[in-house]
Amino acid sequence: MKKRMMRLISLALVGAMILPNAVVADEAAEEGKVLNIQCWNEEFKSRLTDHYPGYEEVDATHGKIGDVDVVWTITPSDDNAYQNNLDSILPGNEEAAADDKVDLFLLEADYAKKYVNSDVVVTETIADLGITDEELANQFQYTKDIVTDADGNLRGLSWQGCPGVLIYNRDAAMDVWGTEDPEQVQTMVASWDTFNKTAEELNAKGYKVVSTVNDTYRVYSDNATTPWVIDGKLNIDDNIMKWVDDSKALVDAGYTDTFDLWSDDWAKGFFPDGKVFCYFGPAWLINFCMHADEEGSIANLGRWGAVEGPQGFSWGGTWIAAAKGTDNKELVADIMRKLTMDETIMTDIVKDDSDFVNNKPAMEAAAEDDAYAFAVLGGQNPLGMFLAGAEKIDRSTMGDYDQGCTEEFQAAMKNYFDGNASLDEALDLFKKGVSEKYPELTIE
Amino acid sequence: MKNNRKAVSYNKWGYIFLIPFIVVYIIFQLIPLCTTIYNSFYENFMSGLKQIGPNFAGLQNYAKLFSEGDIWVYLKNTMIMWILGFVPQIVISLLLGAWFSDTMLRLKGQRFFKTVIYLPNLIMASAFAMLFFALFSDGGPINTILVNIGILKAPYRFFSHVWSTRALVAFMNFLMWFGNTTILLMAGMLGIDTSLFESAEVDGATSTQVFFRITLPLLRPILVYVMITSLIGGLQMFDVPQILTNGTGDPMRSSMTLIMYLNKHLFNKNFGMAGALSVILFIVTGILSLIVFRFSGNSEKAR
Repeated sequence: MKKRMMRLISLALVGAMILPNAVVADEAAEEGKVLNIQCWNEEFKSRLTDHYPGYEEVDATHGKIGDVDVVWTITPSDDNAYQNNLDSILPGNEEAAADDKVDLFLLEADYAKKYVNSDVVVTETIADLGITDEELANQFQYTKDIVTDADGNLRGLSWQGCPGVLIYNRDAAMDVWGTEDPEQVQTMVASWDTFNKTAEELNAKGYKVVSTVNDTYRVYSDNATTPWVIDGKLNIDDNIMKWVDDSKALVDAGYTDTFDLWSDDWAKGFFPDGKVFCYFGPAWLINFCMHADEEGSIANLGRWGAVEGPQGFSWGGTWIAAAKGTDNKELVADIMRKLTMDETIMTDIVKDDSDFVNNKPAMEAAAEDDAYAFAVLGGQNPLGMFLAGAEKIDRSTMGDYDQGCTEEFQAAMKNYFDGNASLDEALDLFKKGVSEKYPELTIE
Repeated sequence: MKNNRKAVSYNKWGYIFLIPFIVVYIIFQLIPLCTTIYNSFYENFMSGLKQIGPNFAGLQNYAKLFSEGDIWVYLKNTMIMWILGFVPQIVISLLLGAWFSDTMLRLKGQRFFKTVIYLPNLIMASAFAMLFFALFSDGGPINTILVNIGILKAPYRFFSHVWSTRALVAFMNFLMWFGNTTILLMAGMLGIDTSLFESAEVDGATSTQVFFRITLPLLRPILVYVMITSLIGGLQMFDVPQILTNGTGDPMRSSMTLIMYLNKHLFNKNFGMAGALSVILFIVTGILSLIVFRFSGNSEKAR
């Protein structure tokens, strides 16, 4: 009796193991029924919901494209949670059950290289998805360079370009100089020297030049000429040290603060009462972060203006990658085609969401067209400025360690700015933090 | 013969009833404990998506922990924040415990207050820390209130100063745990023979004398137990300072605790270093537990 039971149980177990495998084998031939998407915020979701033809929203984390269920897994980037999540699921993605396989995931500029160049391949190449180089001719070259692996294979695509501008508060400019004209304002912030002098003028009128020193960080760091890590050795670029010196001077004079980016205190300047003169950022900062939907915000009132600022720069950017082992190759390829190549959809994104899209000819045309004026910028059309910036973007200093180093650097320098440490102590703290995150690096 | 067998079969049930505990204990306690110790002797971490190790490294991880010397700093931070929270906690708890258990006072609404003081413990520590972070942020409500009623001229930056950050951590730990301690101490006080209090009263002792001469000495075993368990909990302090300082332990890591340091090593799944640190903590808590064991053992003998 007992023996027979055991046999039955083991038969049932074996059956349970074989059956799902059979199902997998069947489905691998055709497209999967579930499209799993990994991302860290709502940005891409709203792009897909608003602009992908045939996308139906079911609830906050589910949607439908035809008969395919779309499942969103949103893991915030805080504390590296998003990457930890990717790291744990992507390497075994090919073996995962059909409905659990990640099909599409998003990459941010700071760590794109990590997933593009990984020893364990976690992305499908764009060529494997059946997308040809000719189809990508309109995209900005830098958006392709970032996600090209060491062997020259393209492994991701982006719908946006991320050249940054200085975004200033028009009312503050009126208050201080009696003009809100971008050309006039640009003369006040044309170089870091004039920028820092302007800070004093603004302070006299009760305005902070930027919300926090971390606002200018990306402008300096993007203009760095050496990467964070050279041949396994930690390296701090001179331009980043210039950020430290300039920022310390601003903080000591009381012209700005040391809040963390994304904190509530940082975001206060998005409203008139925050009394912040400017922020630095690409289109996504304007359209996605500045509370444009909220009544009373400067963006909602359309009282921001855009100028080139002291230095051109780029910041961030989101790439769409197909996860290795995806069973929805065609659908993923179609999403890429629609969002990153289809001119009509892309110009719609510009119109509806004030984004700057990755399509050079379309942007060249739109830059001349008043129909593309940004409401958040009081009717100014910044596309020409973005276009000029995008042409100049050079991300050759990008590496695998950018995000960890940036985070540790900003956190450590806060102590120096706040007067809790000398510069050397803060630098030591930075090095300590990096050595904890990346024990394989040599640090002097 | 027959009787014997019956006894054996009863014993069997004892073991069967133990199985659930043993299984859970082995899976969730013993195996992780052993693998932690095992891991602490290996170099084993991720560099991006690349696994480095595990390579046998002997005592290298331990040597690195001690040679860097940071572990002492974080131990000191942990202890400072624990003491800052524990001292007011024990004082307030003793006072409340004495009042609640005092038959002379006959406080009304005891149940209500006992529940209320325990409530902070029911909130998740991380949620509590988020709340405090928002309250005490540079532009938060506390600063706004203090500036508006004229106590401060400019907002005080609570998280940019060493002692205000530490004090906030300590204050939150105090708030979360004083109810728990009160209930433990009260249980101890209620266990004291009331005839002792009555005879003291007959002899004309004041309530202060009663408290210091009778209650406190008889409460000693419970006090030691409370202290050591709180110390062990304090050594493992993590969620409150982690959330409050966004994981940085700033300013200058002055509020970074041992477990936060351990967490830093988990960024790249550095099981070697994290394991070594865990083993050290395990040894320290083990010693503390032995002390508590000895104390309760002694009180048993004295009785």
